Amino acid sequence: MTHGVQPLPDGSYALELEPHETELLRSLAAELEALVETEDAVVARLFPSAYRDDPEAEREYHRLVRHTLVSGRLEALHVLRTRAGAGLLSHSDAEACCSALNDLRLVLGERLGVTEELYERGIESAHPDAFQLSVYGWLTWLQASLVDALASRHQPS
Amino acid sequence: MRVVSQTIEAPVRVERPETRDRNSTDRPWIVIVWNDPVNLMTYVTLVLQRLFGYNRRKAEKLMLQVHNEGKAIVSNGTREKAEHDVARLHAAGLWATMQQD
Repeated sequence: MTHGVQPLPDGSYALELEPHETELLRSLAAELEALVETEDAVVARLFPSAYRDDPEAEREYHRLVRHTLVSGRLEALHVLRTRAGAGLLSHSDAEACCSALNDLRLVLGERLGVTEELYERGIESAHPDAFQLSVYGWLTWLQASLVDALASRHQPS
Repeated sequence: MRVVSQTIEAPVRVERPETRDRNSTDRPWIVIVWNDPVNLMTYVTLVLQRLFGYNRRKAEKLMLQVHNEGKAIVSNGTREKAEHDVARLHAAGLWATMQQD
């Protein structure tokens, strides 16, 4: 188990992962990279509607921003896949990893039907999705640690 | 995606034909962030600080409003500004919509 993300005096971040944890992040990132441009239902969570009651405006919004959103997501997932095992992250890599971790959690959470209650209650080992839920929980811990490290660099109060 | 830097600082270009605006009025558009069970409270706070330049106190207040009341208005302005803000929130993985006030 790692100790989370530590901000370093030179502006970078230390992220020491076990080899199997790096491997897990790589495979999850690769899996989502392959899904981002598909019509897979869980991926729809990454592209919410801007207009709730105006299909025409929504189509136009989708046309205008979809490509930018897709390429941004692929770029961040690529950073996570290629940099997570390096031990040190630059500030921009840390931000990209934070985004990519969030996308992984959104998609996994959607697939698993994660609720706020589940979060608070904890996961029973007999749960049919126990392994995936434990992965989700680990991603949550890792992202929370990264957010705290990034926030520590942001303007106070 | 560099949600909190690149994508967000490199503006998503939102251009629309003049004809789309014929029926619009001067009423401002509002951008709403909705509660969801996945986005971390600390992450939402950080995103609101980064995207809108809010201080931590204001960002936390909005985040708590989303968490406790289910939604919060996080920005407003012209239709183009609102679409730009929504796109940046979508890039960050937040569940955002826009509507005319």
